[in-house]
Amino acid sequence: MEYVDSLTGFRLDGRRPNDIRQIRAEIGVVAKADGSALFEMGNTKVIAAVYRPTEVQNKGQQINNQALVRCEYSMANFSTRDLQEDQRGTEISLVICQTMEACILVHLMPCSQIDIFVQVLQADGETRSACINAATLTLADACFPMRDIVTSCSAGYLSSTPLLHLNYVEDSARGPDVTVGILAKMDKVTLLQMGSKLPIDIFENVMQLAIEGCKAIAQYIREVLLENTKLLESRKGL
Amino acid sequence: MISRLSSRRRLAEPAQPSLLLLPSDSTSPPDFLPCLAVLLPSLSISSVLPAPAQPFLLPSLSPSFLALSLRSSLLTAQPFLFLSLSPSAHSSRAPSYSRHSSQQLPYSVVAPHINKEAAMTTMLRELRLSLNQTQRVRLQSALQSLQEMSSLASTITVVADTIPVNHEDSILKGHGTSDLNGEVVATLCGVVERINKLVYVRAQRARYKPEVGDIIVGRVIEIAPKRWRLEINFSQDAVLMLSSMNLPDGIQRRRTAVDELNMRSIFEENDVICAEVRGFQHDGSLHLQARSQKYGKLERGMLLTVPAYLVKRRKQHLHHLQQYGIDLILGCNGFIWVGEHVNSHGENDSAANRENREDAVNKTGELQVIQEVQEPERTTPLEVRQHICRVANSVRLLSALGFNLTVEFIIDTVEASISSNTDIKDMLAAEFYVQTAEREVQRRVSLSRKH
Repeated sequence: MEYVDSLTGFRLDGRRPNDIRQIRAEIGVVAKADGSALFEMGNTKVIAAVYRPTEVQNKGQQINNQALVRCEYSMANFSTRDLQEDQRGTEISLVICQTMEACILVHLMPCSQIDIFVQVLQADGETRSACINAATLTLADACFPMRDIVTSCSAGYLSSTPLLHLNYVEDSARGPDVTVGILAKMDKVTLLQMGSKLPIDIFENVMQLAIEGCKAIAQYIREVLLENTKLLESRKGL
Repeated sequence: MISRLSSRRRLAEPAQPSLLLLPSDSTSPPDFLPCLAVLLPSLSISSVLPAPAQPFLLPSLSPSFLALSLRSSLLTAQPFLFLSLSPSAHSSRAPSYSRHSSQQLPYSVVAPHINKEAAMTTMLRELRLSLNQTQRVRLQSALQSLQEMSSLASTITVVADTIPVNHEDSILKGHGTSDLNGEVVATLCGVVERINKLVYVRAQRARYKPEVGDIIVGRVIEIAPKRWRLEINFSQDAVLMLSSMNLPDGIQRRRTAVDELNMRSIFEENDVICAEVRGFQHDGSLHLQARSQKYGKLERGMLLTVPAYLVKRRKQHLHHLQQYGIDLILGCNGFIWVGEHVNSHGENDSAANRENREDAVNKTGELQVIQEVQEPERTTPLEVRQHICRVANSVRLLSALGFNLTVEFIIDTVEASISSNTDIKDMLAAEFYVQTAEREVQRRVSLSRKH
């Protein structure tokens, strides 16, 4: 099938090949949690929450000079019709955990455990990226010291065109799918995953496109955090 | 399963190009939502937070609704429709293709704008309110003017922002900062504070950071050998040693094994205690002391939990509100105690009971634990109880609004509620909420005019 219409250049959902999806973020959706965020990329909707560092439950895993980062990723039963995504829960938890561990300053909280909970409410492709973005917002909201803002997005290559932000339909086409997670300001890559195969020169183009998408998301996240900080400070008063 | 069947049925139907509102057991192709949806203010995921006006949606916002617009040409290409929206999704999601109108330079992506109204609704973390249209407008204008008044725009920083620093001076990098390629970069979201050569970032939603001399309120969770363990809204429990507590008979002496066995008669599990931070233990947990008469067990009142960053350290934390007959203790850890006034802990008011105690002591010739001798059967008068409820509600309200908690502010709010004849239960309702925000705006305006 044609993923990019040859006449008009539109994709299946009406975007151009390098258009990002509609992004929306909200902070503080879970009142009881120390930090929480709701992140939407297109139709993919994800909620993340984090609680303040607690004592490590499994003493054998305790690291004496830094915090232990744990992430639990789960998809709500109503999030998608197809159920096979559910089985990748452990793998995606590990991916998110490693990405966040690269950006939290864990040595400032020794002998403790940081739990990040991410729940996918609506899955339309790129759940992994949406979870990482939501987790970044959550950690910034809970005032965990972080090295940088981590953002993530995916790009693919269908109908001989690099496409930014694959939705579920394009993802199911089983074409090449590159997921990139970067530290936005430091310009460092913390996550790079790919499915299927790509020639190396096309891969560079696709990865570059994904990095551009990540930077756009980082800019948005930064604005959201700035707005939120301003609001909180102005209300606290003198 | 029902949705799957209905989707197959719907494929055979011709596509309708108009805007439809359908129940959620119909499916929609992904991202085929009208541009109009972009104008709809976003709703938060929680089902009872206030929703901005929705001119295009049904007013009855039932959990199962969905806005669609079908494009006939695109529909025929989709044999695999899916994506039934979750029942908890109230809002229609704006389409991703609305971005296609942005510029088409290769590999340049445009960041989306943030929705300010969505940012406003995040303020209502704690309190669940349903505001009508006028109240919402008033609240937003009040919050807007608060924001304009604050002059912090230049010093607010977000994670990974560079902090402007004069590189020629030697700068001491404090909490919340780190070094990146010679630049000072923030690691927290907050306000940049500069004191002499120290530059640090004060986090806005910080957890409680204990200091020696803080007055805190805690709840006993465990009695351990020679100590009580208290829960104090911190990552670890605090410890109150038996030797840091006055004995009931008031004599300064060594604690014996009998005293240790009688610990339960002083404090039991789930008692609320006011104490002072004496120091830190080696693992970071707190040591408390309650030697003075003003500390000790708290009775006949209410314990409230607010975020710890709303309570600033002041000279005085134990307040006696004489006009209401209430004790108000603003614990630095975010636990607030509102209760009936007692003259000092360990004694009681009525003279008769004091006589009873002396008689008992004289008769037996031994010192006895005071609690065994007397039990005042008085109850708190209704008026005092009402005042306690008013003060507690004003604390809840102010913490929900995000304002700093000070005694003057709490008393102001209580007096405003009395003068406007608001019922105690209405203090947490929408109208008084909005009025409090407006009053705070006026107060800050008048403060800034004086300076």
